[in-house]
Amino acid sequence: MEIDILQQIIIPIIKILFIVHLLIIGVMAMIWSERRVSGWMQDRLGPNRVGPQGLLQPIADGIKFLFKEDLIPNHVDKPLYVLAPAMLLVPAMIAIAVVPFGSSITIAGIEIPLQIADINIGILYILAITSLGVYGVVIGAWASNNKYSLLGGLRSSAQMISYELTLGLAIIGVLMLSESLSLRKIAIDQGANPWEWNFLIHFPAFLAFTTAMFAETNRLPFDLAEAEQELVAGYHTEYSSMKFAIFFMAEYMNMIVGSAVVVTLFLGGWHFFGLEAVGGPFWSGVISFAIFFAKTGIFLFVFIWVRWTLPRFRYDQLMNFGWKFLLPVALTSIVVTGTLYIATNGNRLWIGIGNVVAAFIVVAIVAGMLAMDNNSKSTVQSTPAAAPLRGLDAVE
Amino acid sequence: MNAEMILFFIFGAVALIGAIAVISFRHPIYSALSLIVTFFAQAGLFVLLGAHFVAAVQVIVYAGAIMVLFLFVIMLLNLGTLSAKGALTGKLKGVAIVLGILLAVQGIYIAVKAGNNTALESAQASTEPVTTYKIGELLFKDYLLPFEVTSLILLAALIGVIVLVKRDKQIEN
Repeated sequence: MEIDILQQIIIPIIKILFIVHLLIIGVMAMIWSERRVSGWMQDRLGPNRVGPQGLLQPIADGIKFLFKEDLIPNHVDKPLYVLAPAMLLVPAMIAIAVVPFGSSITIAGIEIPLQIADINIGILYILAITSLGVYGVVIGAWASNNKYSLLGGLRSSAQMISYELTLGLAIIGVLMLSESLSLRKIAIDQGANPWEWNFLIHFPAFLAFTTAMFAETNRLPFDLAEAEQELVAGYHTEYSSMKFAIFFMAEYMNMIVGSAVVVTLFLGGWHFFGLEAVGGPFWSGVISFAIFFAKTGIFLFVFIWVRWTLPRFRYDQLMNFGWKFLLPVALTSIVVTGTLYIATNGNRLWIGIGNVVAAFIVVAIVAGMLAMDNNSKSTVQSTPAAAPLRGLDAVE
Repeated sequence: MNAEMILFFIFGAVALIGAIAVISFRHPIYSALSLIVTFFAQAGLFVLLGAHFVAAVQVIVYAGAIMVLFLFVIMLLNLGTLSAKGALTGKLKGVAIVLGILLAVQGIYIAVKAGNNTALESAQASTEPVTTYKIGELLFKDYLLPFEVTSLILLAALIGVIVLVKRDKQIEN
């Protein structure tokens, strides 16, 4: 009975506390590294005054946010205005619950899997919870009662709905080969060596998933929801003080959770050349956690890297890219993976090659069709796709 | 009173409160948000029944996709608050009362019937989680034809929408 209480209640609580704090500290680390790495990429220093290398800057920022006046403008819809930041933060926080952040660790004879909950529909849970994040943006934008906010919110929700489809379809190939929806099973299935991981077997799907994830987190080049030059600050224009900080934290938490999901699905989870099996039942768990942590960190660096590499999309480009390129690529990966799985009896090499070839063919066909389409009516108008929202922009 | 019972009452209460809020709020945005709360509580009830897949689909499809479109439309049309009198006047009021009474009778009948139904209890006693594997087997073996027909109907609806939108464009040009 005592063991039962320990395993059913106390250990999960410790794991939850650990992961939630790790997320919050991760957000602080991300804000610091975002500014420092941005500085490095632009050949300047970035914040380096508070603490060694400016490491205490996020704490200083946090204190500043806490002490600023919590202003609620008169023209807002008050209950929803207050609720919106939480509606964005909570999904970002609870989505991490099913991500396995290591193999398992044995302390005092009790084996503890390094995961808060291993449910058999893990990946569906992640899709379900992350799809709720859009409410925070939309409600915050609407409750602000400000046209720039509303435009940002509408843009963001249209974008998130469009790219959610790709996000869901791109992982189906992975699920087919793993024959499971549980994230732990998918991670274990990938094996120890990098050439066995899913990103090589499902390379086009991996690219489509990663791109869609950038769009879901509203990061550059997909940050039309808060395009400064056009919309002041987009959906959080009217927010100040700690409420703005919560929006900010939620964005970074989404990035961290997204990176962790990509690492689990495509980059082998906690595996790295069998290093995760070194040491006893205690140390192998610690090492596997460290490997997972490092991979997630590297992927988060890619987020910052892309930010300073690619310029922002125009709205019609964004929609064209999502619907005409990413979605066909994701659909092709399902068909090809399914067909070759039957035809070659699950040979990973053939599936990998077939996926890349098929994706190339599909992208070439779509690009050819778009080019012909443009030639035939370039005299009429250039971008009919985004007409409704361009109409809104014209009202601005 | 075990933990599952407590959770059942929590989810049930939230679902009911959400459902009442949907028709009580005067502003359509609040109503839509209340409906999301109800969907979420229903997903919780599905989890208690061991239907994890249905719960996830409930959240993905209804709370995650359909209600976003609802909100989208409400915001784009900028629907205001309903007046205190409401939309139900004249004949509509009579129809609403009759239908409401019928629904209440049905609900009470089902509740009384289910109260002394032993089949339900035995089904609850064996709540092994229904895995996605089993659902897939059912869909692609026993119910293959209905499944494919449904997908064709959905495809037809999709193509129909695109054709309608395209024709509008041509008339404009």
